[in-house]
Amino acid sequence: MQRLIDRAKELLADGTVVRVLGWKKGDLGFNPEPAYFETAEALDSDFIYDGFCGANLSKYMIEASKKDGKTLVFLKPCDTYSFNQLIKEHRVDREKAYIIGVGCKGKLDIEKIKAMGVKGILSVEGASMDSECETLTVKTLYGDKEVSYNEAMLERCHVCKGKEHQIADEVMLESRDTKDAERFAEVEKIEAMSPLEKFEFFKKELSKCIRCNACRNVCPACSCRKCVFDSTKFDEATKANVDSFEEKMFHIIRAFHVAGRCTDCGECSRVCPQGIPLHLFNRKFIKDIDTFYGEFQAGEDTETKGPLTNFTFDDVEPSIVTERG
Amino acid sequence: MQRIGVFVCHCGSNIAATVDVKKVVEIISQEPGVAHCEDYQYMCSEAGQAKILEAVKEKNLSGIVVCSCSPRMHEGTFRKAAERAGLNPYMVEIANIREHCSWIHKDMEEATEKAVILARAAIAKVNLNAPLYPGESRVTKRALVIGGGIAGIQTALDIADAGYEVDIVEKTPSIGGRMSQLDKTFPTLDCSACILTPKMVEAAAHEKITIYTYSEVDKVTGFVGDFTVDIRKKARSIDMDKCTGCGVCQEKCPSKKTPSEFNRGLNTRSAIYTPFAQAIPNVPVIDREACIKFKTGKCGLCEKVCQAGAINYEQTDEIVTEKYGAIVVATGFDTIKLDNYDEYAYNQSPDVITSLELERVMNAAGPTKGHLERLSDGKHPEHIVFVQCVGSRCNDNRGKSYCSKICCMYTAKHAMLIRDKYPDVKVTVFYIDVRTPGKNFDEFYRRAVEEYGVNYIKGQVGKVAPQSDGSLLVQASDLLDNKQIKLKADMVVLATAIEPDPSVRRIATMLTASIDTNNFLTESHAKLRPVESPTAGIFLSGVCQGPKDIPETVAQAGAAAVKAIGLLAKDKLLTNPCTAKSDELLCNGCSVCANVCPYGAISYEVVQVNDHGIREDRRVARVNNALCQGCGACTVACPSGAMDLQGFSNRQIIAEVDAICR
Repeated sequence: MQRLIDRAKELLADGTVVRVLGWKKGDLGFNPEPAYFETAEALDSDFIYDGFCGANLSKYMIEASKKDGKTLVFLKPCDTYSFNQLIKEHRVDREKAYIIGVGCKGKLDIEKIKAMGVKGILSVEGASMDSECETLTVKTLYGDKEVSYNEAMLERCHVCKGKEHQIADEVMLESRDTKDAERFAEVEKIEAMSPLEKFEFFKKELSKCIRCNACRNVCPACSCRKCVFDSTKFDEATKANVDSFEEKMFHIIRAFHVAGRCTDCGECSRVCPQGIPLHLFNRKFIKDIDTFYGEFQAGEDTETKGPLTNFTFDDVEPSIVTERG
Repeated sequence: MQRIGVFVCHCGSNIAATVDVKKVVEIISQEPGVAHCEDYQYMCSEAGQAKILEAVKEKNLSGIVVCSCSPRMHEGTFRKAAERAGLNPYMVEIANIREHCSWIHKDMEEATEKAVILARAAIAKVNLNAPLYPGESRVTKRALVIGGGIAGIQTALDIADAGYEVDIVEKTPSIGGRMSQLDKTFPTLDCSACILTPKMVEAAAHEKITIYTYSEVDKVTGFVGDFTVDIRKKARSIDMDKCTGCGVCQEKCPSKKTPSEFNRGLNTRSAIYTPFAQAIPNVPVIDREACIKFKTGKCGLCEKVCQAGAINYEQTDEIVTEKYGAIVVATGFDTIKLDNYDEYAYNQSPDVITSLELERVMNAAGPTKGHLERLSDGKHPEHIVFVQCVGSRCNDNRGKSYCSKICCMYTAKHAMLIRDKYPDVKVTVFYIDVRTPGKNFDEFYRRAVEEYGVNYIKGQVGKVAPQSDGSLLVQASDLLDNKQIKLKADMVVLATAIEPDPSVRRIATMLTASIDTNNFLTESHAKLRPVESPTAGIFLSGVCQGPKDIPETVAQAGAAAVKAIGLLAKDKLLTNPCTAKSDELLCNGCSVCANVCPYGAISYEVVQVNDHGIREDRRVARVNNALCQGCGACTVACPSGAMDLQGFSNRQIIAEVDAICR
């Protein structure tokens, strides 16, 4: 981590960048948050990069692109897909970003540790990038507890897209591929349900939604200047305020809006305070797109047209899609 | 709030027999915003339209809903009526209670309920309608004809004779098409080449016609009146200006083993070739796949013998970009592949041939110099069996469900010609039905039977089995005698189904012209607009639209020409105002709309916007109204809802859905 701070200070000092977009320590030992740093002092006192820095900083670059001067941004391998996708959509300015691809050994989910029955957490040791990232020592009011790093990882890290950065000016720190599960296993489970079971499943999950909009606000694909749900120009806004609309429609409309553009970064599920597995919607779309149009990973590059916004003579015919179900 | 007038049409009994129109009026009269509601027997009649005019004046209406037939039928009629009444024509909405309701329902109660719902949806939409005003677009006075067969040639000649420039794009090295492969034509038995070649020559010599052979359409952009087309002139490897057409190159070419496309693969041609003697242009093409020079780098014989120095191995494909006001598709047909019809032994015996192959066998310039002989051993046949409907009128998935239309007549022609020239040859024809509608057609068929003694048997051939003595055993059923029969034949000729040339799919996609399940181009209206594609500015000529014989093809070619001329004669066209429009304050500048736009109508520019006091430079979408066809692809792709279709706005569509789901 110190290497990152030193490098950031260098780039600030030589004028390459005028600010740094990274993570700063939270009020607890496991809740760092995205932050801008403009001075060496700020970096020294507040900057952090450890296993809890799950936040994808790509989307912050939309605003940073409007500011004067370059911004140094730290992107983990999976974050770079989002950044590429944002370049493709002309939402970020590549020239305004100096990208340090930071290594990642899998990011942690404090909720998973809590779910293991660990209570009164004070801090977590072993999440530093310098450590082996095999075992975590959780300091609690009731003494220390050992927890497997792997078991405390975010769901998305179990289906890791790999340790390669898709875009970066330089890469620092080692990464490891933490994939140990099938990406579409959960989706397939839901697909196997009867329509009624599916409906019940989603009703149960989505009825937890409190419409805090955290999923939308964190999502790099949800980058509209004005969301249709915030606009008076559309009836969605009014409709969202009546009945149980949100549980039925808000998330489904959102999934449609990001279909073909979602990189499956998993931020929606990470930030959901209610623990709704929101990524499942997006992943179902990704699975279908892969089936119909061949495998496609949004954000792999900045040029390719997504299959839903492209037409080729090899495209599957709608009639065949219907036959396939 | 609009003041809406609703008019419910009986359409005689078309609607009124299934929908209780009085009840619809009664219910709709109570709808908020409806200031007037009445029913009438024929709303499209003068009297019906007068009712609209009257009601607009009396009740001061601001919007109109007509519950009637499809907007494809009378939307224009009612828009004009509204205009006469002083309303903007786009304040009219049609609730289709005929095609979408009365015609497809039997139960009156249900149909009436649905009619009410459809009317409510239209009312909900009119409530959000705003006046729209069409713009103008120019007409490029030049036509493109895709395909250089008899259909394309005739269309081009007719358009050119009217004084407009025409370009013909033909993918093979010569114009002429399928007709140039035929020997004689029914029902007059005149030589196909003798009547076709004068037309080919006329087209080639016409000062208004430019012919691009060995060329393909690469890209089409634009819209009715103003298409821009990229034509790929494939590398001929011959300098067309220098070549004298002497033919020495073809004689000397050592690579002579390529199956001749013109002779349907029955003999071979050289790598440098003109497809047939009367080819236009009379300039050969080097088939680079067969040419030894291109394959190994050695040879170059043609270059050595060419006195004109016309051979150019370095030639590359050339793209010609041209603007057109109208495009006529005349891509023609091919016979289907017979791989699914093993029972006829087509792939096993060279003596089983298609009718088109027989045309080449009968032709003096064909592989047998016009002598009727078996292709296996060159022997004179004693008995020839013709099989009708091979792949036509087929209910299984092997062939085509449609009738190929020309086979009955050409088979009668073949039978008659063979019996005339070789009276010793016995001819048997197996048929399902003999279809001879057409001037002098039935007389022609009867002559084959009565004067030429052709043996017609109603029944289908089940199997053709090559025998060890070289003959063919034909097993068939005779439906009139109700018995199975076995015949020994020397040759079997299959009346193979025809299908649209496979290239039409690509062309239809480029033109956004619709095709049916059989790849025939769809006409705008099966009866009333038979030579126009639903895509404006695209016209249909010949078999690309449906099976037809030469006289029908020529007639349709002329009709397509007239439609194209009608368009080219205009100086300006009114554009559809129902085009997409982007709200720059909502636009993300993400380019999704531009990606999905099939017409290239969307571009991006950086503008300074004032978003509630925030001034900033933003990359925003701009729609070119002349290019936009109002398809709406961009509006559904736009994630922020910035893109909207005028006349079909997102809010209007949602309002309709809400009204239906109420």
